[in-house]
Amino acid sequence: MKSFLEEVNEKINGVPIQRCYHCRKCSAGCPMTGAMEHNPNRVIKMIQMGRREAVLNSATIWLCVSCETCITRCPNEVDIARMMDVLREMAIGTGVGAKEKNILKFHEAFLANIRTGGRINEPMMMVHYKLKSGDLFSDMAMGIDMFMKGKLSLISPRTKDMRSVHRIFEKTKQS
Amino acid sequence: MKVSYYPGCSLHGTAKEYDQSVRSVSRALGIDLEEIEDWSCCGASSAHNTNFKLSIALPARDLIAAEKKALDVMVPCAACFNRFKTAEHHLCHDPALKAEVEEIVGGRYQGSVAIRNPIDIIANDIGLEALSAKVVKPLAGLKPVSYYGCLLLRPPEVCRFDDAENPVLLDKILNELGAEARPWSFKTDCCGGSLTISKTAIVTKMVDKLMKMAREAGANCLVTACPVCTANLDMRASKGAELPVFYFTELAALAMGQEGPEGWFKLHRTDPRPLLQGLGLL
Repeated sequence: MKSFLEEVNEKINGVPIQRCYHCRKCSAGCPMTGAMEHNPNRVIKMIQMGRREAVLNSATIWLCVSCETCITRCPNEVDIARMMDVLREMAIGTGVGAKEKNILKFHEAFLANIRTGGRINEPMMMVHYKLKSGDLFSDMAMGIDMFMKGKLSLISPRTKDMRSVHRIFEKTKQS
Repeated sequence: MKVSYYPGCSLHGTAKEYDQSVRSVSRALGIDLEEIEDWSCCGASSAHNTNFKLSIALPARDLIAAEKKALDVMVPCAACFNRFKTAEHHLCHDPALKAEVEEIVGGRYQGSVAIRNPIDIIANDIGLEALSAKVVKPLAGLKPVSYYGCLLLRPPEVCRFDDAENPVLLDKILNELGAEARPWSFKTDCCGGSLTISKTAIVTKMVDKLMKMAREAGANCLVTACPVCTANLDMRASKGAELPVFYFTELAALAMGQEGPEGWFKLHRTDPRPLLQGLGLL
């Protein structure tokens, strides 16, 4: 049976994360550590220790914004941002879901909107997100302001060849 | 010169002024833009955050469409730019993935067209001298800090555009336009990106810090080339912390005496017109 570490490394398909020697350049440059439970380099150690539950259930992996500062500075070329993507996919795939529920709901609303029209219709996407998250009223004033300025058109051009878009979604669907 | 154009979803919506100013400036500089046929969303952050294959297949659809013409592709949105470059990188380095994605999307990817952002095309192809020659209203008194954000530059081996820690091309462009680009250490610090909707408080904290640092650098505005950065900087600063934010092409259009800037400035949440009027630029 594959260890958590082996599984993560396989999915990253790049430099094995155990090359990390904890110089902490990633954590020092990460803009989100203030909100995370674990620093990025600590997550690597936790994976090596097999702490699957703790890692996949953390808010940390969802708060990563993929700014790529970590991988740019890592002296061992460990792709920490990609590791976070992998951990997110694993959390979804194993049914753990997201500790930061609204962040995942945003992604789901975004992707559902692409699946519908091929391109994002921002107001429709926001309506979908608000209904999913129950966060109905925040940014109301901002939304109205943008609508009045013509920045949130309810009708926007769609991709014509929607079959090709649907095909992409079907064929990349996670089991 | 002629290039293909991939506006991306936000340039048709919340980043309208970026699209319009890019088109206007391109026209003035002799860049002929041809929108990619029947393009679809690049997947932005949400695809790669949740589904790797989807995040490569979506941009691959557009890359394959773009290859129908042998033209470089101008991609103004930093997120789209980063996703295209990332897809390109993975498709070129992983033959198994390439085969899989080609089967999913239906088409062959040759890697034959270059994906470029407008800062690169204007600074390197058109050239700073040619830009300078078109300036009729130097932006004297405007002291911007250039805010490149994350996705235009990182990871460096994927984006291959300017220095990832201390980029300078945008500063050079702004100086050619007559503005005084202020040096600062936050050119590439993250704005919080797409967490602006689900974790607004975090983004406000990050934006407030950028605003504070911009002021400390002696700036009176910020200049960007990314729709999400602009939305965050323009709309998420705490009351009293705001500074006006411009897409660099809005300022280029203003400096070249074009029609359009005033209409675009009206669309900003943090009104830049008092600043510009005070400097006699509007």
